[in-house]
Amino acid sequence: MVHESSIPSPVGKDCLFAFLIGGGICTVGELIKQIYLGLGIEKETAGILTSVSLIFLGVLFTALCLYHKLAKYGGAGTLIPITGFANAVAAPIMEFKSEGYILGIGTQFFVVAGPVISWGTIASVVYGIVYFLLRQLG
Amino acid sequence: MEKRGAQGALYFQNEPKLIGRGSIAGEKESEGPLGSMFDEIEPDCHAGCETFEQAESSLQKRAVEHAMRDAGAEISEIDLLFGGDLLNQCSGTAYGIAGFGLPFFSLYGACSTMAESLLLASLAVDGGYASRALAVTSSHFCAAERQFRFPLEYGGQRSQNAQWTVTGSGSVVVADEAERYYARVTAACPGRIQDYGILDASNMGAAMAPAAADTLLRFFEDTGTGPADYDRIITGDLARVGSDLLYRILEKHGVNLRPVHEDCGLLIFDRERQDVHAGGSGCGCCGTVLCAKILPELKRGALKKILFLATGAYMSLTSSKQGEPIMGVAHLLQLESPERED
Repeated sequence: MVHESSIPSPVGKDCLFAFLIGGGICTVGELIKQIYLGLGIEKETAGILTSVSLIFLGVLFTALCLYHKLAKYGGAGTLIPITGFANAVAAPIMEFKSEGYILGIGTQFFVVAGPVISWGTIASVVYGIVYFLLRQLG
Repeated sequence: MEKRGAQGALYFQNEPKLIGRGSIAGEKESEGPLGSMFDEIEPDCHAGCETFEQAESSLQKRAVEHAMRDAGAEISEIDLLFGGDLLNQCSGTAYGIAGFGLPFFSLYGACSTMAESLLLASLAVDGGYASRALAVTSSHFCAAERQFRFPLEYGGQRSQNAQWTVTGSGSVVVADEAERYYARVTAACPGRIQDYGILDASNMGAAMAPAAADTLLRFFEDTGTGPADYDRIITGDLARVGSDLLYRILEKHGVNLRPVHEDCGLLIFDRERQDVHAGGSGCGCCGTVLCAKILPELKRGALKKILFLATGAYMSLTSSKQGEPIMGVAHLLQLESPERED
């Protein structure tokens, strides 16, 4: 009965917007990369600089109170790219400033992104060990 | 005359009078259908304060001041104050009303706090323990979001079933005797906790609808009445999903609520235009709707006899993470206009 009364999410529309906005962010990323390559920067360094630039843009748009408005339509399209991760860290910093720099920002910094950072780090260690063992074996 | 029904309905012998009301709302609420009815609009989400929490306390203090002015009474004439909000330890209320120096009962009825505080204030007045009592509640969108959900700037998508916490506060003065007043409280029915195993914290309406049904059915049984006996049955904060669910539950018991039902969560916002998904919620939702819209209609006689029932959902970040279901409760008041039918 709860299911019958609930309002369904517009899945088709959500997917389309996620594709367009997420794709748009990736296109901007590619554009930035091409600019760096055009400046004569090596491919690997250009890739890193692109990530850094996208993180900067994610934080900038969060600080301008625009990112969550884009995310309302973008959904997974704004969540998955690295800009979404930047937003997840920048948003609590803005929010918890009212509790001070130590007890507010200091403790709430990773309140949203924390699980990804902790488990991502642990997973990368496990992956490293597995990779090392496989290399030793063969 | 009996004081208590078998199912828990309470009958007021002296019919406490609602003599003053005050409401204050935020900018988004002012853009809704009831925008012109509030006593005051606070367009600044910080209300001139440093934090959202301080802003909520400020709203509550000002709602009380509006209610007192409307009642033409001094704060020193109030014997008891019943109030609460959504913030941890009811801190929004405590900081808001601290300066009044009144005996204070702090209530956590979640979104049902307006009905809960009014019910207890009416009981105190009816029993002669207070000549004048004050009921007050508030909620603040930004303060509630940061406590229960995500930081405001976090880019997440809200569920279609989610409700929008109202920024606002409502306050009512209850008195034992008065010549001019908004309404009489003639009966009430305190709610029982209902657990239907709802786990989705973004679907509060579904968690609260069974509680509303339980309270209504018990009150109907005790009083021998049905929806047709009331001009309006107004629920608080069930919004679109909860209201639909309430109809379905009551239909199983042979009760058709649709012709007389309204919901504060659907009255305060224009769902389509204001992008609030299922509707409004928060203590301030039925608090402001009661004070700004319903009480004046009772005073004018546009409504003669209504049921006002506010619903609340019990959950915390801890209980949600521990996988506990969301519990619902609904407190009911029977309000009648000053004009007597006889």
